[in-house]
Amino acid sequence: MNKILLIIQREYLVRVKKKSFLFTTIGVPILIVVFYAIMIAIGASGGHEKNKIAVIDEAGLLSSGMEKSKSDASEYVFITGQQPDSLKVKYKSLGYDYFLYIPPIDITQPVNNIQLYSQSPVAVSQKNKIERMIDNAIELRRLQSANITREQYRSIKSNVSIDNKILNGKEEKKGVALVSSIVAFSCGMLIYIIMLIYGTMVMRGVMEEKINRIAEVMVSSVKPFQLMMGKIIGIGAVGLTQFAIWIVLILGLQMILSAFIPSFDMSALPQAAPGAAAVADNTDKLAAFRAGINSVPWGMISFCFIFYFLGGYLLYASMFAAIGSVVSDDQNEAQSMVFPVMMPIVLGFVIMTKAVAEPGSPLVVFGSIFPLTSPVVMVGRIMYDVPLSELIISMLLLVISIIFFAWLTAKIYRTGILMYGKKVTWKEMLRWAFRKQ
Amino acid sequence: MNRLEVKHLKKYYTSQKAVDDISFSLAPGSIFGLLGPNGAGKTTLIRMITGILFPDDGEIIFNGQPFNPDKDVAYIGYMPEEKGLYKKMKIGDQAIYLAQLKGLSKATALERVKHWFIKFEMQSWWNKKVEDLSKGMQQKLQFVTTVLNDPKLIILDEPFSGLDPVNSNLIKDEIYKLAQNGSSIIFSTHRMEQVEEICDHIILVNKGQKILDGSVNSVKQQFKENIFSIGLDSNPGNHQSEAFEVIQQKGHQLLLRIKEGYKPNDVLNHFLQQQIGINSFHEMLPSLSDIFIKLVEGTPLARQFQIASA
Repeated sequence: MNKILLIIQREYLVRVKKKSFLFTTIGVPILIVVFYAIMIAIGASGGHEKNKIAVIDEAGLLSSGMEKSKSDASEYVFITGQQPDSLKVKYKSLGYDYFLYIPPIDITQPVNNIQLYSQSPVAVSQKNKIERMIDNAIELRRLQSANITREQYRSIKSNVSIDNKILNGKEEKKGVALVSSIVAFSCGMLIYIIMLIYGTMVMRGVMEEKINRIAEVMVSSVKPFQLMMGKIIGIGAVGLTQFAIWIVLILGLQMILSAFIPSFDMSALPQAAPGAAAVADNTDKLAAFRAGINSVPWGMISFCFIFYFLGGYLLYASMFAAIGSVVSDDQNEAQSMVFPVMMPIVLGFVIMTKAVAEPGSPLVVFGSIFPLTSPVVMVGRIMYDVPLSELIISMLLLVISIIFFAWLTAKIYRTGILMYGKKVTWKEMLRWAFRKQ
Repeated sequence: MNRLEVKHLKKYYTSQKAVDDISFSLAPGSIFGLLGPNGAGKTTLIRMITGILFPDDGEIIFNGQPFNPDKDVAYIGYMPEEKGLYKKMKIGDQAIYLAQLKGLSKATALERVKHWFIKFEMQSWWNKKVEDLSKGMQQKLQFVTTVLNDPKLIILDEPFSGLDPVNSNLIKDEIYKLAQNGSSIIFSTHRMEQVEEICDHIILVNKGQKILDGSVNSVKQQFKENIFSIGLDSNPGNHQSEAFEVIQQKGHQLLLRIKEGYKPNDVLNHFLQQQIGINSFHEMLPSLSDIFIKLVEGTPLARQFQIASA
């Protein structure tokens, strides 16, 4: 038992000390957050665009009282006594960035003759702000001419959103289909990637031992099973470490960034532009999104995710180890041998994408119980209230399969790592796996 | 008490009888040569003794007790023919790791590794990686890792391949020292001159069976063909004799075989009677290489696959 700990320790340390581990573990989240930050910075810079805009307001829409949105930092200068045609050619030389011309308008008709002059295309955000401002002004005029107060108008206007109440017998919760499917899909995807990446890492580790011919030295000190399990557990621990660091880093960086860029924090967004209908819409969506996030059974998800992550990894790692043990120094050979092991993982992924759309379909139910696909499929399905009996059967089957495959693959591994220069067929592997002793 | 006793050991694969009823014993402190052509079953035999493979039949007695791989591997050091180390691992760490797997505590392992590294002048290698070493250096390192646990039974498969004469001698001396301290050594090689030099006892294995067993000297005696070399004063005109036949003549030097029923003295008498002076007279024992070739000859170069009937 002490020996298996030594092996785990070595497998773990060798990988964690590698530069590539440091790069992927620290580098990837930083890249993600930096990318995220750049996106936000670009978005935010639009909001803080400062322009000096010359306005000739012949309709008196804005000059009579302007409702500028708070995020609009531009300066509007009303110009009188100038012809639009003459200002059109010299506004730039007078120190203005744009020239807005509002001709007299008939508020009973659709308005479409307002012009914004510029040297180069105006930023979309700037154009939107001006449009919203003019829309509000026209709306206000129309309300006044119809003798309707703003309050009355607000009470008339309808903006329906349907709540999805989830009744699971215990409590009533708000659910949001979009949030559920995003969470389900990302969890399933993550498990799929983990099984492939860390599975092949186990395979390469075993191949390294075989090709370097250290396997024979090792098995004269430890049992082949210890060597195999030590490697699998060691690499699994590397995976868990990487995840833990990622989570800590992403949370930490998010906190740091939100300190610098207030808008990075989602809760700050709703106050950005009060009064603007479009933003109000977004606020509602955001609130719904947050309600959706709250509706996700996070405890259950985390438990299942960790269970199926470990289960799926252990199940496939032993198979990858067996494959690694039978191939001799040929990368192509490894690829063709590994294909049948990859198949069920990919199949699981395909079923999982279906699970997100149709969680109750028979194929999905089967996929979430069948142990070779359940780690990926069940995690995708867990959002949609899986009957407890199915969950228990699925978990039980997975545990039994892990033990069965570890027993089976250990026998293949034991023979394979000492076999050189001979191409091993599937038939032979099966014979090794099922022979006695 | 023998260090190791192997009794009627068998290992059959579906395609061939790799080891077919081999028995031998090994005394403490002896250096034992395990010889045989390629594919004779040596590696399978060694793998059973090191606990890597289970015998199909037969018994292994280690230090008077039935061999228990779990416990006894701590007292065995095995250097396989195909040497292997973790290429990316630091040499010092690697040696300590391998010693720990043999059951040494970390402190003891560190102490032993330091001791051997100083002995072999390898201290400067500590933080290097195996991939930075030459083949001969790797070989030295592999030897060190094999004997770190102070094993009672050391199995060396081609330990000198790739080593220069200086390093070969270094390791040879260590092998002698280990044997003097009571370790038993199984030495497997195809280099017959090394076997003659180092081993006290040999067995020859062919097609999974033991075909020769004995001390180097007794084996040579067993296969001697009564060939003598005699150096004479003058050219012997007539060397016809009932006692011997001449195989080869080079000037005054004769190579002759003594016939059945005659003794070396009869040869000497023959020349003395002819008044020919004798400068030298000695027996030509066959070399192990000759014996090996003689016994193994006729065996197809590559072992044919046969169906095991058991």
